[in-house]
Amino acid sequence: MTRKYDAIVIGGGHNGLVHAAYLARAGLDVCVLEARPLVGGATITEEIFPGFRYSVFSYVVSLMRPDIIRELDLPRHGLAILPLESTLTPLPDGDRLYRDADHHRTWREIARFSIRDAEAYDEYGRSLFYMARAVKHLLGIAPPDPGRLGPDDIRGLLGLARHFLDLEPEQLHLLVKLMTMSAADFVDEWFETDVLKATLSASGIIGTFLGPRSPGTAYVLLHHYMGEIDGHFRAWGFAKGGTGAVANAIASAAREAGAEIRTDAPVARALVKNGRVNGVALANGDELHARVVSSSLDPHRTFLDLVDENDLPADLVSAVRAYRFRGSSGKINLALDAAPDFTCMPGHGPHLRGAVSISPSIDYLERAYDDAKYGDFSREPYIDIVIPSAIDPGMAPPGKHVMSCFVQYAPYELREGTWDEKRESFGDTVVDTLARYIPNIRDIIVHRQVVTPLDIERTTGLTQGNIFQGELTPSQLFFLRPAAGYAGYRTPVRGYYQCGSGTHPGGGIMGAPGKLAAGRVLADLGRRRGR
Amino acid sequence: MLLETPFHSRTAPLCRSRRWRNWSGYAAALSYEPGHEYEYYAVRSGAALFDISPLRKYEVTGPDAAALVDRVVTRSALDCPVGRVFYTPWCDEAGKLIDDGTVQRLSADTFRITAADPCLRWFQDCALGMDASVRDITLDLAALALQGPTSRDILVGLVTGADIAALPYFAVTEGHIGAAPVTITRTGYTGDLGYEIWLAPEHALAVWDALMETGRGYGIAPAGLDALDVARIEAGLLLKEVDYVSSWTALIESRKSSPYEAGLGWTVQPRPGRDFVGQRVLEREAASPSRWALAGLEADWPSIEKRFAAVGLPPLVAGRASREAVPIYAHKGPGAGRQIGYVTSATFSPILKKYIALATIRRDFGKPGTRIEVELTVEFARHRVPATIVKTPFFDPARKRG
Repeated sequence: MTRKYDAIVIGGGHNGLVHAAYLARAGLDVCVLEARPLVGGATITEEIFPGFRYSVFSYVVSLMRPDIIRELDLPRHGLAILPLESTLTPLPDGDRLYRDADHHRTWREIARFSIRDAEAYDEYGRSLFYMARAVKHLLGIAPPDPGRLGPDDIRGLLGLARHFLDLEPEQLHLLVKLMTMSAADFVDEWFETDVLKATLSASGIIGTFLGPRSPGTAYVLLHHYMGEIDGHFRAWGFAKGGTGAVANAIASAAREAGAEIRTDAPVARALVKNGRVNGVALANGDELHARVVSSSLDPHRTFLDLVDENDLPADLVSAVRAYRFRGSSGKINLALDAAPDFTCMPGHGPHLRGAVSISPSIDYLERAYDDAKYGDFSREPYIDIVIPSAIDPGMAPPGKHVMSCFVQYAPYELREGTWDEKRESFGDTVVDTLARYIPNIRDIIVHRQVVTPLDIERTTGLTQGNIFQGELTPSQLFFLRPAAGYAGYRTPVRGYYQCGSGTHPGGGIMGAPGKLAAGRVLADLGRRRGR
Repeated sequence: MLLETPFHSRTAPLCRSRRWRNWSGYAAALSYEPGHEYEYYAVRSGAALFDISPLRKYEVTGPDAAALVDRVVTRSALDCPVGRVFYTPWCDEAGKLIDDGTVQRLSADTFRITAADPCLRWFQDCALGMDASVRDITLDLAALALQGPTSRDILVGLVTGADIAALPYFAVTEGHIGAAPVTITRTGYTGDLGYEIWLAPEHALAVWDALMETGRGYGIAPAGLDALDVARIEAGLLLKEVDYVSSWTALIESRKSSPYEAGLGWTVQPRPGRDFVGQRVLEREAASPSRWALAGLEADWPSIEKRFAAVGLPPLVAGRASREAVPIYAHKGPGAGRQIGYVTSATFSPILKKYIALATIRRDFGKPGTRIEVELTVEFARHRVPATIVKTPFFDPARKRG
């Protein structure tokens, strides 16, 4: 059975869907092929336990580009983003650091530890505002390649030069520091309070196999600050209905624009002949034809699984082999019979609607990394907790809750044993850690889903379970993502494109790679049409 | 949650309007009565009692205390004798305003500084290499402002251990109110005769009660921020983040102001051998003035009346001071009609019977007597009415200094 399309998109994660929506809106006949029965990839909501809905993998939203939300009219397709305004860091001694939208209260809360830090906190926020404003430009452009210098590259580099020369000197200095320093050293330039430094630098380790003292993590911290909701940088939120609602809204927009979305349709390989793509073969043997095939899968799958190495230049093959995935995180989703009761902030309260960060000190985070460096999951892990049901009542039955625990470190490669053997003991470690801060946690758990890096890989196809389709360290960003010379969404196979988080500007529920790649495809088609 | 000041258990039952505002994280009454007129007139004809505890307060001590203050602020602190107070702004290295407040010199090597917003880290960092320490004493000091023509009489009858009657303008003294030790400065934010009283929080209620009790025969009234806002505009006193934007909160360069641009050029006091933060830039600016200046303006009342009369209304000028920026235009000559600045604070002055405003305006239009036009919205339609640049303070009674 064959059918001919203008374009085929491999993978129905949020980037594949965004990509398809933009191609369909431009009038192309587009088909999205998703291996699983539901779209979303790592952006899904599933009712694993009756009545309780888990955002199984990704769990909060901030980076989704406002232009994509607007152009695809996602609110009309059901996207609603609820505010996530506070961060609570409980301490083992029963104290805590609590920060929320009440500026003066947050000031006083930090001032309990250090007045100087409370004052520095405002300056830090302003500095990161400038940094987010500076790099915002990069999120909207295809990366020019200084090694290639085609007309687009030169135009792009000149635009960049102009953009960055406009920065104040101090801002330019800070940006260079962010690209080179460790998160811990970076925040150390501002603060003296350990718990504050630890919680801020925790944003720098998410999704990477690096510790807070590893150089390069300061950039990851910035990556988490560049999100923008309603014009405010650093704003994070919950998608109403879980992160699956984001994927569903984009899928709805894509369908409305005419895209066809097939689920339960795993792709075996891209069909390449004489250096150009002409379709895909499904796992069931069916062939679908198209002059454009875009892969939203990660670089490993895009280049090493879907096409034959012989169709690719050797430098690309070796670069993709060297590209670092190194999944480092797991996820524990809990169904709770009642609200968690924190020792440091007992009872109900607005803190339940925010994030809870188990990051009491820099040493704590670094020690968690030490375990992982040698192939164990952290005995005392960093945990980023949210309780979506506290703000979105649809996520759990009345009075009950779902709790999402993002856990680091859980190295993909274990020194001893397999993840299938260690899954439950990993889950126990996380619950034991939680119980130090939430004494009632064991009594209220009615269901537990443990997601290891191996589970992430098996379910979503993300190589080694890396949530960003490859680490977001500076050596794998911009014109180096996924590989030097191959960052412009095109591939050496004509008609074959890459549009996932493994391309610029990277991971998180952002959608920018999908959109920028669509721009590349459409420009190429337009140029061909013009000839 | 908003915090309560040490006076809250007294002010809360008096606040019949239930109108509170967030002042640095504290609940501060906007007005005690539903309207603020009575409280305003207490400032100008009796005595108004303001709870100003949320102000930030710092103590500078040590052998280099004077040198540190002198390094931080634009005015020459070394010239301030013990027992005196001065108003001053302070700037960043680029000579842009950070904040402003009063500095009390309590002894040769003890100063107290008030600020609108937190500045501890800045003061401490400026002290590098100096034998001086800076402490945040915001929570250690409750504060009241007693402002108005009868304020002196009230304090004279109440304060022991200090000669209030002889306390000069911008001087500080220590005394007692009842059993409570207090520091009293002859300062304020109203441009009237007035005092500020600084005391330990545990004495707050006793001092409040004593003032209200003695003040009863002198027309005392607790007063809120609405009345204060009218009075401070009449006095030509600036409000941070309204009449100027701090260089710490401005997100873009053009929103920052130098002291010269904010009408505070008189506080810039270089001295041979002095090196205060921002000095070099400010000396350059003194030599070649920047484009912007602060000006007072007085709108032409008959024109306002006429605009309202045209739609059948009496002149409905805001009952409260306005902090909305309003454009100012050139009146005549080349460039007439071009925007040349903006109003930052405006109010109808009940004592002057004039509509007055503080404005940021191009320096070449800032000379007193210059005619300009200011935007006025009447029944949802925008108009321009004539106005005149005037000197500030708009209201400056002899009793303020006398």
